[in-house]
Amino acid sequence: MEMLRFATAGSVDDGKSTLIGRLLYDTKTIFEDQMEAVERASVQMGTEYTNLALLTDGLRAEREQGITIDVAYRYFHTPKRKFIIADTPGHTQYTRNMVTGASTADLAIVLLDARKGVLEQSKRHAFLASLLRIPHLVLAVNKMDLVDYDQERFEEVKEEFRDFASKLDITDLTFIPVSALHGDNVVDRSANMTWYEGPSLLHHLEEVHIASDRNHIDARFPVQYVIRPQSDDFHDYRGYAGTIAGGVLRPGDDVTVLPSGFQSSIKSIETLDGPLDEAFAPMAVTVRLNDEIDISRGDMICRPNNQPIASQDVDTMICWMSERANLSEGSKLLVKHTTRTTKAIVKELQYHLDINTLHRDEESIELGLNEIGRVRLRTQTPLFFDEYRRNRETGSFILIDEATNVTVGAGMILGETS
Amino acid sequence: MAYDLTHLRQLEAESIHIFREVAAEFENPCLLFSGGKDSIVMLRLAEKAFWPAKLPFPVMHVDTGHNFPEVIEFRDRRVEELGARLVVASVQDAIDSGKVVEETGPRASRNRLQTTALLDGIEEHRFDALFGGARRDEEKARAKERVFSFRDEFGQWDPKNQRPELWSLYNGRIKQGEHIRVFPISNYTELDIWQYIKEEGIEIPNVYFSHQREVFERDGMLLSTGPYISLMDDEDPFMETVRYRTVGDMSCTGAVESTADTIDKIIEEVAATRITERGATRADDRVSEAAMEDRKKEGYF
Repeated sequence: MEMLRFATAGSVDDGKSTLIGRLLYDTKTIFEDQMEAVERASVQMGTEYTNLALLTDGLRAEREQGITIDVAYRYFHTPKRKFIIADTPGHTQYTRNMVTGASTADLAIVLLDARKGVLEQSKRHAFLASLLRIPHLVLAVNKMDLVDYDQERFEEVKEEFRDFASKLDITDLTFIPVSALHGDNVVDRSANMTWYEGPSLLHHLEEVHIASDRNHIDARFPVQYVIRPQSDDFHDYRGYAGTIAGGVLRPGDDVTVLPSGFQSSIKSIETLDGPLDEAFAPMAVTVRLNDEIDISRGDMICRPNNQPIASQDVDTMICWMSERANLSEGSKLLVKHTTRTTKAIVKELQYHLDINTLHRDEESIELGLNEIGRVRLRTQTPLFFDEYRRNRETGSFILIDEATNVTVGAGMILGETS
Repeated sequence: MAYDLTHLRQLEAESIHIFREVAAEFENPCLLFSGGKDSIVMLRLAEKAFWPAKLPFPVMHVDTGHNFPEVIEFRDRRVEELGARLVVASVQDAIDSGKVVEETGPRASRNRLQTTALLDGIEEHRFDALFGGARRDEEKARAKERVFSFRDEFGQWDPKNQRPELWSLYNGRIKQGEHIRVFPISNYTELDIWQYIKEEGIEIPNVYFSHQREVFERDGMLLSTGPYISLMDDEDPFMETVRYRTVGDMSCTGAVESTADTIDKIIEEVAATRITERGATRADDRVSEAAMEDRKKEGYF
């Protein structure tokens, strides 16, 4: 069975929790005891109908305040695929949660209300989905029941969104008219919208082609852990364990190890289940080389004729996630990139990007919580990276505040600064 | 389609990555092992992550003293096969030394006392990372917990103040006295676990398979009779064909009526079930809507 991870963005008002509740309910993922708990809670809160949103809002404060605080992960499956939903809140102050949920998603569903059309919030969500380079975007136009399932209204909203989306980098965009409350076009095609000829939302999630989304061209193997059993049976064994971040590795391949630049070739690719003829992302394997060279965690194994950029000067887009301090020129932080952690200093904040208008403010001198900007970093030791658009694994990093150890930023690499 | 992994292989790769990341970045990690199916799968994944080397960390069992005997036998055998070091944090010891006071009455449970034994064990051995077998599909509070879940110097979890977790980049930085709970199988569902057990041919204790057992009914659950639990007046024991969906403390883990005596039949049963495993089998989660959230904040698994 294939696995698809998707993120959902939208607010309670857009019916996002209802949509997720509907997907879980109609795929028979919700269990009787969960449903009973939700029914009990609905009665307690005095709502008229069973509030499916309560299925996903798990923490005490969320139920009390009727809001979603944090990214929640939900699971369901159909005979075709296993699905992991990263359910992210839609409020402005929680941009960091959407970025978090989006970072691992293959697909994003942005919900909007058919009556209200494309609001600032929907634009923000679509922009973040494109910034994080989620390969597939679905715009679910919800509450079609409240506009009499009107095709014209759907087309209007679609046009409006297309106008905005033309400014973004979105490769695959699908529009689906739905009513989460009544289930139209969620699991089954709706009898109320015979004019709509596309798939239901679930059908789309089951069928969308994701096998080509990963980079299987540029071989990248960040060394995560060195395995040396030092036992009698494996006396001289030295294996480099890690998760393949891109491309395909095969025994016999010539390789270069960064930063040393030493060359060798792959002797074998090993797992407890036996040796492999080839390995590709995202497999976790152990690679052995034909030569004894000094390799440790944080090194990168690649092909001699296809190497990542090795540089200390990195051009990035950063989403800042700290309420404690702002990011500004001269800020010193830790960067964790693949298996390498090093210090970095902010050399320049080039602009702050307004995620509602996409306006670039070049006068800005700092990034605050939930703000996004283009930042030049200088790192203490070189990073071995690719552009984020080419490889999400070798093109992403997190920023850590050394004083508090908290993760304070998410970064996407645009390239090397000149 | 050539470069495509099944959901089980993707989940496996993600777990192995997490195990290795912890072994590389922490001084003194430890794997929490309960004898339950999830922690058995965890042991298998850890074995894969470091093969042909042995596990680079010990295995800790928080022992309530109310165990299924076959589970303890299983634990000891498996630990020996792996050549791992076993550490036992004993609730009985905590009671004997007066650190905690045991509940009394027929509904007495050592569930809450586990938290004390666990936190003491962490402090005594100076563990800085603890692998746990919790899954996000188990419970609402767990659905929001990070893979690397930060615990302060009191072992407490603050759900509203969690570190953002992006891509496969985990932040394991802590100060002295703090630790991280690590959940490598966060993204598996109960069904995934069983499918993985089947695909890998992993051995599990017999109590997971259908068998005859003397039980009694309490709060709609079937509890096993035995030395650790006393019956109330209106409770009459009877024989039933049951199996366990979860394996924990004997006094608060319920059995389910089942004739599933093979892995295939269990998978069939799990796929068709309409009640969550915690709802069906855990008295401790029925206390309130947020029972798990409250216990987790205090430092529970």
